[in-house]
Amino acid sequence: MSEFEPKIVAFVCNWCTYAGADLTGTSRIKYAQNVKIIRFPCTGRIDFMLLLKSFGEGADGIIVSGCHPNDCHYTSGNFHARRRWIMFRGLLDMLGIDVRRIQYSWVSAAEGAKWADIVNTTVTAIRELGPYTDYAKVAGYLEKEANV
Amino acid sequence: MKELIKKAASLLESNTVQVVIGYGKGSVDRTRAIFITNAAECEQLIFDSRCIQNLAVYLTKAEIKKLGKPAIMAPLPVLRSILQLAAENQIKEDDLIVLGVSPESELVELESLAAIETYLSTKQISIEEKYQTTIEAIKAMPVSERFAWWVKELEPCFKCYACRAACPLCYCTRCTVENNQPQWISVASNPLGNLEWHVMRAMHLAGRCTDCEACYNACPMGIPIHLLTKSMLQDVSDNFGTYGPSLHMDNTLSSFNPDDKESFIR
Repeated sequence: MSEFEPKIVAFVCNWCTYAGADLTGTSRIKYAQNVKIIRFPCTGRIDFMLLLKSFGEGADGIIVSGCHPNDCHYTSGNFHARRRWIMFRGLLDMLGIDVRRIQYSWVSAAEGAKWADIVNTTVTAIRELGPYTDYAKVAGYLEKEANV
Repeated sequence: MKELIKKAASLLESNTVQVVIGYGKGSVDRTRAIFITNAAECEQLIFDSRCIQNLAVYLTKAEIKKLGKPAIMAPLPVLRSILQLAAENQIKEDDLIVLGVSPESELVELESLAAIETYLSTKQISIEEKYQTTIEAIKAMPVSERFAWWVKELEPCFKCYACRAACPLCYCTRCTVENNQPQWISVASNPLGNLEWHVMRAMHLAGRCTDCEACYNACPMGIPIHLLTKSMLQDVSDNFGTYGPSLHMDNTLSSFNPDDKESFIR
């Protein structure tokens, strides 16, 4: 049996982390291939439902990353996002959705090495946690019904 | 109560307001919301421990607005909702007359929104100990067990959206669950859709919920959804130090502080 390869979705902002991830590549830094990057205009645009939807579609882990505080291209999008994440994380924890599977980070356009490190450590952490079967069971409900 | 009835009747007689929103007798031993437009009918107004519906929900409804300026019977939970609605620019000072009702069923004269805020400042929202214990017990479960517990609790939900209809702060005329191209959240009763709906509902009330429990009281299946909003109320207080509605403070999620602290962002 092949080793479990975590599926990771990364929600990143266009101005910092996406450019940072680009720098990782142009700097020829190798990092885990498990991550699918989705580019957003700003972390403030990342709707909390998108995170839930990725778990629903089979993601084992999620990375959410954007500009450092005070660095937002839109001046305050990341500040709003931070508050939203604080509240969202608390709610997910209350509901028993595994918050260890969501890694939040600030990665600037100059931090190519940090991005590689974030991805690598997240992949290692999710590999240890294993596939997100709890959520998959819930999400697979409709499919199973249809097959009956 | 007599004083309140007299006041309501005089407001209608003088045409200061065109409708009084209050509690009246419902079927069997229940109470229900009544809308009085005739001063003589003000005798029907009652108030006791059965009056748990949050009447503030009607203030933003087009059908009620059509009736004219309202006077509204407002026990504590309704007062809190009115204040929050005002903070969100959904109602204005001159839009309504508030007939405050004390826990002893006496009329409380509240001439302005500022007066409501002053009155409420001595009656802060506090999460009852039994709920605190329950929330702590849930949070103490291992994560998988906790998830399974909630999936089971949410299982009876068949998305009647009574929780949404009963909530004075769920006033959007078009809700995310009605986004159906594509269907964003499944309307069928299934574990994923139920979970997503309740996460979304709770998140949209984050930092706004005034803990009136109208959602829980309205739920035909008795799902403890108020535990989610209560838990978030606690989170707001722990993280941002605010608690309950206020006219001069920004809403938690529509504002920020550059110094907000968290422990999980790398």
